[in-house]
Amino acid sequence: MASILTNLFDGVAYGMLLFVLACGLAVTLGLMNFVNLAHGAFAMAGGYICAVLVNQSGWPFFAALPLAFVGSAVIGIALERTLYRHLYSRSHLDQVLFSIGLVFMSVAAVDYIMGSSRVFIKLPAALEGQIDLFGVGIGRYRLMIVAICGLLTLALQLILAKTRFGSRLRAAVDDPRAAIGLGINVPQVFAFTFAFGCGLAGLGGALSAEILGLDPYFPLKFMIYFLIVVTVGGSSSITGPFLASLLLGIADVAGKYYVPKVGPFVIYTVMIVILLWRPNGLFGRTAAR
Amino acid sequence: MTALSDVSTHAMASARWRISEVAFWVLALACAFLFPSRYLIMTDIVRLGLFAVSLDLILGYAGIVSLGHAAFFGVGAYSAGLLALHGIINEPVIALVVAGLVAAVLGFLTSFLVIRGVDLTRLMVTLGIALLLEALAERFSDITGGTDGLQGIEMQPILGRFAFDMFGKTGLFYSLIVLFILFLLARRVVHSPFGLSLRAIRNNPLRAAAIGIPVNRRLIAVYTLAAFYAGIAGALFTQTTALASLDVFSFERSADLMLVLVIGGTGYLYGGLIGAVVFKMLQELFQSITPQYWLFWIGLVLVMIVMVGRARIHRWVLFVPNLIIRQCAGRKAAVTVPEGDAP
Amino acid sequence: MTIALETRGLEKSFGGLRVTRDLSLKVVQGARHALIGPNGAGKTTVINQLTGVLTPNGGRILLEGYDITGLSVHKRVLRGLSRTFQINQLYADLTPLETIGLAVSERMGRGGDWWRRMGTRNDVNAEISEILSRFHLLDVMTELTSTLPYGKQRLLEIAVAIAARPRVLLLDEPAAGVPESERHDILAAVAALPREVTVLLIEHDMDLVFSFADRISVLVNGGLLTEGAPDEVARDPQVRAVYLGETTDV
Repeated sequence: MASILTNLFDGVAYGMLLFVLACGLAVTLGLMNFVNLAHGAFAMAGGYICAVLVNQSGWPFFAALPLAFVGSAVIGIALERTLYRHLYSRSHLDQVLFSIGLVFMSVAAVDYIMGSSRVFIKLPAALEGQIDLFGVGIGRYRLMIVAICGLLTLALQLILAKTRFGSRLRAAVDDPRAAIGLGINVPQVFAFTFAFGCGLAGLGGALSAEILGLDPYFPLKFMIYFLIVVTVGGSSSITGPFLASLLLGIADVAGKYYVPKVGPFVIYTVMIVILLWRPNGLFGRTAAR
Repeated sequence: MTALSDVSTHAMASARWRISEVAFWVLALACAFLFPSRYLIMTDIVRLGLFAVSLDLILGYAGIVSLGHAAFFGVGAYSAGLLALHGIINEPVIALVVAGLVAAVLGFLTSFLVIRGVDLTRLMVTLGIALLLEALAERFSDITGGTDGLQGIEMQPILGRFAFDMFGKTGLFYSLIVLFILFLLARRVVHSPFGLSLRAIRNNPLRAAAIGIPVNRRLIAVYTLAAFYAGIAGALFTQTTALASLDVFSFERSADLMLVLVIGGTGYLYGGLIGAVVFKMLQELFQSITPQYWLFWIGLVLVMIVMVGRARIHRWVLFVPNLIIRQCAGRKAAVTVPEGDAP
Repeated sequence: MTIALETRGLEKSFGGLRVTRDLSLKVVQGARHALIGPNGAGKTTVINQLTGVLTPNGGRILLEGYDITGLSVHKRVLRGLSRTFQINQLYADLTPLETIGLAVSERMGRGGDWWRRMGTRNDVNAEISEILSRFHLLDVMTELTSTLPYGKQRLLEIAVAIAARPRVLLLDEPAAGVPESERHDILAAVAALPREVTVLLIEHDMDLVFSFADRISVLVNGGLLTEGAPDEVARDPQVRAVYLGETTDV
């Protein structure tokens, strides 16, 4: 029983991490119908920024996390302004080719600069080990992830629901053309959202180094996870991707723990079953129209 | 009735062989005779070209963007490898066809997932299926040899007469003949009413259905056919190299394939073949500069192609061949790339 | 009188918005029936349900007494229900020859032929050539559709629909956007449609409606306001209020 709860908790932590990694992608996809397969590259950037700051410059882990966010966001906005924005009106094939190209370049570049082996970020002692909660073993690090990601999710929900920017963003996702008609500067909203999404991915990348592993092939390995989150979750709200992330995280952890022989296939099976059942994703409208 | 004969002449016009096409194949055959020291890389190009023709059938004609076309290549490769390794079918040509059919069955089964939904869903499904197969091949290592791949494949002579030689001469001509036959078939298919209906579906599925075209059935058919082609390409890979390892399923293979096709251009079949030649030359060039960072250059080429614009790139790629053709055969004979593959 | 096309209690909502309300419509065989209504009345939604692009939330659609509510788009075409599009949806990079060829091949069940080159079946060719000449498209049959004058494109639009040999034809604003000089050809083509083809015309242009239709249904807010012969509808005070009043000042 206790181990079930421990695994459930691990799955939740994993799922929330996936959500932070992928939610920026869901929003940009809904907003511009832009298929950005390079999203994982921004997560990797955040991870490496954090690793360099902590391991080489001796920064405390919690001070490096915001820098991972900012660093990835800056890279994101720079690429958005120089390259991405020319491709919004192009075909999905062009967007796919372009973003795969970026992924390949980032993989090779990181491999060249940082080496190809897995990187570990030195964690503060307070985050190591487990605590015992009513007989259930809970990893401290995972508890922190659930706390941070949970707070982020709440904050995102509030921003979307309560702020002026949030309402503009929702209007733009709903119907970009109508939003332009209402005087909303959609490209600006998009650029900001893109940068913010990259920042979140960067933060997710830094947090995930311990759990998912950080190496130059990160963007390729997790591309399928991001795609599942956005296709299953849809992009009309952030609730869809959130639930999809949790489902994916729990299914993946449970699969690898309880049926280790076929563990890697659990998520693909889940994906296929969901698609057979609801070809347009679990939650509402599909991402790409 | 002149209008009637007009209609039939014009309807058949697009399928007529052009001088440039004949020139292309004569040139290909000439290369096979002219460069005996380059058999291996030319075999590589032929295989890749066939694989790219397969992707062109679904991407260029039917508009299905796939991130996991290597799935069928891999299934073909392992099928051919296992057939030869266990002596189930010793004759390479029959084994080749069987391997292609195995891939086609997989293509048929997975097509029901692929044709549902939008581009994004298709990306996920195609990528997922290739990853799933890669994981399966790793998991069942007692059959597939796991990360080591299939070891000790020995190929029997083709048709019992032509043995594979160490220089790769038999392999090249074998591959070239297979490519030519399958190309003829593909050419016939794309110039048939079926092929025309695929173009209609790619341009506007809704309108195609309103004309009476059974959209899903056509997509399933072409996806299955493309899987067959990819399976044959994979089987050729195993038969000519006596190797089959996990990387036949890899994402990089699928992505490289897209690059090959977009270099040459989609939707006119020759794009895959021209792209394969250019791609291999680029690979040779970049690998002589920085062998281990080849991935970076592929990425850069992909980004550049998209930023510059695919249509423009194709005009450049075809500039020299067209110049020569125009000199010899006049303006009409030039190869053109169909424009307008809108989303 | 045989009913060619009928809807019974058709219902469609998007979110909370009811766009089609309890719509029951009967189109008599051989009729020239017009469906009119102000902008936003839900005419396009009705067409999309009739052709199978949208699935209604309730109600039934019958084609010659046969329930087609659950049928897919292309199967309805093969059963004899064809349509034209209001906004140009033709294949820009195909020629009229190829476009008509597609429709004729599908109707003859030869559209899936993958082993045969196009243009090798004389029965298909004969019909293509007949349709092209009927719609004055023979001279431009090898030009790309995107390069044709707009009037020719509208003719091609009707020709494609006719190539499927429909028994019921839905014409969605056939003359919309056509310059005055080319209008006559379109109207002539519409008027020359064979009598055995039942036509449901969805139209804004009142001149066209009153010159063409022998029966008119008025759609307002997704529901049927009234129905009758043209002169009855023209006299109906309700219609004048919601609809004709609007168009007089256009």
